[in-house]
Amino acid sequence: MSNEAVLHAHSGAATHEGHGDHHEHHHHETFISKYVFSQDHKMIAKQFLITGMVWAVLGGLMSVIFRLQLGYPDATFPWLEDILGKWAKGGHITPEAYYALVTTHGTVLVFFVLTAGLSGTFANFLIPLQVGARDMASPFMNMLSYWFFFAASIVMLSSIFVETGPFSGGWTAYPPLSALGDASPGSKTGMDLWLVSMALFVVSSLLGGLNYIATILNMRTKGMSMTRLPLTIWALFFTAVLGVLSFPVLFSGFILLIFDRNFGTSFYLSDIFVNGVGALPNEGGSAILYQHLFWFLGHPEVYIILLPAMGMVSEIMSVNARKPIFGYMAMIGSLFAIAILAFLVWAHHMFVTGLNPFLGSVFVLLTLLIAVPSAIKVFNWLTTLWRGNIRFTPGMMFAIGFVSLFISGGLTGIWLGNSALDIHLHDTYFVIAHFHIVMGVASMFGMFAGIYHWFPKMYGKYLNNTMGYIHFWVTIAGAYMIFWPMHYEGLAGMPRRYYDYSIWESFKQFVELNRFISTVAMIVFAVQLLFLFNFFYSIFKGRKVTSLNPWSSNTLEWTTPLRPGHGNWPGEIPEVHRWPYDYGKDGQDFIPQTTPVGEDESHH
Amino acid sequence: MTIFLTIAVIALIFIVIFQIAKASEYVSLLKGEDVSRKQNNKINGFLMVVFLVLGLFGVWYCNKLLFGKTLLAHDAASVEGARVDSMLWITLAVTGIVFIATQIILFWFSYKYQEKENRRVFYFPHDNKLEALWTIVPAIVLTVLVIIGLRNWFLFTGEPPKDAMVVEVTGKQFGWIFRYPGKDGAFGKKYFKNIDPATNTLGMIWEDQLGHDDVVTEQTMYLVKGKPVKLIIGSRDVIHDVGLSQFRLKMDAVPGIPTTMWFTPKYTTKEMKEITNNPNFVYEISCDQMCGNGHYSMKGVIEVIDQEEFDVWQAKQKPQYLVTFPDKDPSNAKPADTVKLATKPSEAAIKTVAKL
Repeated sequence: MSNEAVLHAHSGAATHEGHGDHHEHHHHETFISKYVFSQDHKMIAKQFLITGMVWAVLGGLMSVIFRLQLGYPDATFPWLEDILGKWAKGGHITPEAYYALVTTHGTVLVFFVLTAGLSGTFANFLIPLQVGARDMASPFMNMLSYWFFFAASIVMLSSIFVETGPFSGGWTAYPPLSALGDASPGSKTGMDLWLVSMALFVVSSLLGGLNYIATILNMRTKGMSMTRLPLTIWALFFTAVLGVLSFPVLFSGFILLIFDRNFGTSFYLSDIFVNGVGALPNEGGSAILYQHLFWFLGHPEVYIILLPAMGMVSEIMSVNARKPIFGYMAMIGSLFAIAILAFLVWAHHMFVTGLNPFLGSVFVLLTLLIAVPSAIKVFNWLTTLWRGNIRFTPGMMFAIGFVSLFISGGLTGIWLGNSALDIHLHDTYFVIAHFHIVMGVASMFGMFAGIYHWFPKMYGKYLNNTMGYIHFWVTIAGAYMIFWPMHYEGLAGMPRRYYDYSIWESFKQFVELNRFISTVAMIVFAVQLLFLFNFFYSIFKGRKVTSLNPWSSNTLEWTTPLRPGHGNWPGEIPEVHRWPYDYGKDGQDFIPQTTPVGEDESHH
Repeated sequence: MTIFLTIAVIALIFIVIFQIAKASEYVSLLKGEDVSRKQNNKINGFLMVVFLVLGLFGVWYCNKLLFGKTLLAHDAASVEGARVDSMLWITLAVTGIVFIATQIILFWFSYKYQEKENRRVFYFPHDNKLEALWTIVPAIVLTVLVIIGLRNWFLFTGEPPKDAMVVEVTGKQFGWIFRYPGKDGAFGKKYFKNIDPATNTLGMIWEDQLGHDDVVTEQTMYLVKGKPVKLIIGSRDVIHDVGLSQFRLKMDAVPGIPTTMWFTPKYTTKEMKEITNNPNFVYEISCDQMCGNGHYSMKGVIEVIDQEEFDVWQAKQKPQYLVTFPDKDPSNAKPADTVKLATKPSEAAIKTVAKL
């Protein structure tokens, strides 16, 4: 069916039977209700996206500054003192500032950018549009979800301006370091604010997650059975389930930490003597307990970050290869397997904590099991490309880049998941390389793919292609140049979170390499600014989208008007008759989900 | 000044890119969207292969440049570390093959199946045989890796050989304290509330006779070549980690929960200087767990020596008990001035004991 036909079918529907729905006609919209306290899932998605972008810039900038220290340990940058004041005395950032930057970079990127910015954006934007719903199950809760995230952002931001500095004990915030202000200045007020911010963030993500699950389960349009859902929705569904089940555990861990910090309990503290303070009264606690609680979220968290990217990549790849995604059911099955296994592998972050060796061996087995569904996904993506007819839209480029990065970073997971190797590589640059490639950069690629692909639906404009291609090629080449050599640093045993390596006979041989990495990191960061410019410029001045379905896609979001109002479809919500991946079937380029199955159609 | 120049240059580059991007958009509108899309497609399809070739070259070049700087360039310094290395090579072989194969397939397919005028795509929604194949093969390969890994894991975390020497390692912000059990082979008890930074860094309970011959040192730990050593690891304040990269092992130091690790040093420090061709070589203990602002400087040194050298060293060490209470030291009984000097710290030490 052509776009025009879809358009006509709908305007027809609107005139004849459109009275069943009064959504977009009734409530009067003010600036506040439309752009600020909006309950429209599309606006909330944009709010998440833009807040995420602000954090991505801040978090990225932090990494540039601490990379300056690593790359040019002897140089001084007077302008740093202008910006950071006492944290960069003489143009040289202090260890306190370095650790604060590393910690905030990690926290912000993991939670604010890749959780809220990624799944917050696309779950909000795509779930109602792709399942065929007017909005989320509870638009009000959805709005609260964003504003809790906003509050979390403000608190986190304010922690940067505290006298004693923001929290500086690493994003995992292991006690006792995070519990004792006397052990590290960052663990004073900065840590209190960090905990408050994270608590607000947990509330935000629970409100969001429950909403996503409710919407997907209850509000699918007629004909949209679970096995006709696009893979994006399946991925976002599992993401939400993971979040709802694991964030509360993190929360409980934080509550106990707050008690230990402020109310004299000993959940995590025992046998501690702090220099300059003396022996603490706490006895009987276990510092390892926190790690169990933290990683019970912490590991699912990496899939909370990764699954939405996987889902979007599957969708975008199928659309642009003009070919059905290979192994739809296997893709769902592997998502499901990953979601289950995500809960059963947390202790692989704790192989060297003195964990019971037998328990450790169980976690080795379960961890390496994850490689099986991951392999299924990779091979299915490769087969989707095979004998396709690929259009290299910027979205598709980033999807291909995602697969490349997912392979590279995923394979080193097999090294680290095996405890006998982890005992050597744990907490070295090998780990940094691994998780930045597989979780950080790969998920960013998924996010970029999503933004390029759905930007026309979000704003009715295209992003500039040339800038998109430059963005892609520089970013993927840069990402490899930054993180690939880090494997070698890890194989030299170089520990992470070091401010300066010059005093170490074993690790000081990488001065030039570190300078190279830092330089590339700055270039890649600059190119992200180019993307941001493209993004905001195109919202206002971009090439206008003229056809309703610019990528000739099957899914429901492209049956809405160019700039859908609150309620998405002006008339009846379209009915769904088939799965979303009928590309190239029976010689037809694509068959939208709304097209009834023809009598002479072939069966598969 | 340079900073403004840099910003100006970056801004200029941005403007140029933006103008080109803008112009190319107008051109594509003139040419028609279809034509320009096909053009972009060709360019990017070609770049996919370029990226693949340059990328694989980069992987090779990076290895050539950096391999010599890693630990793999020479032997592991412990018997157990050698097992880590051999396992690492097997894992590298498996993952390396998969990496090269899948990356080639990915970028080659992208190039080969780029949009062509009259290509009909192959409608291929699923194939059970293929899917079973790439479920089962990885599962088998992973099983092999798990078996190798767990055999090593249980060896590393199991009981050390009977003749192993024992050293206690305690981390603190930001340094290491080592304790040797002395002739009786047993450590005296300690309690953290006895800790006094001046006189009793570990909080030893002096009433415990077993502790009277314990030797306490800082910064450098002496081990014997070829003799297994079991480390009993603890921490005085926050979590640290005993990172021994040349021995290929590490273990966290957790306050309140002792952990253990054992290994067998293979080469003396002197031998390693020759092996690595680095006259400044030392075995370093790096703290591998974020422990505060001095984390990066929390360094310890391990000196691996022969048994004879070790015996000489050990004979010279004075038990901490006698260092703290010089008046109990038979060799110290005579000279009056040293006793005077030492009264202050010993009084403090007695006070802490009394508090108990």
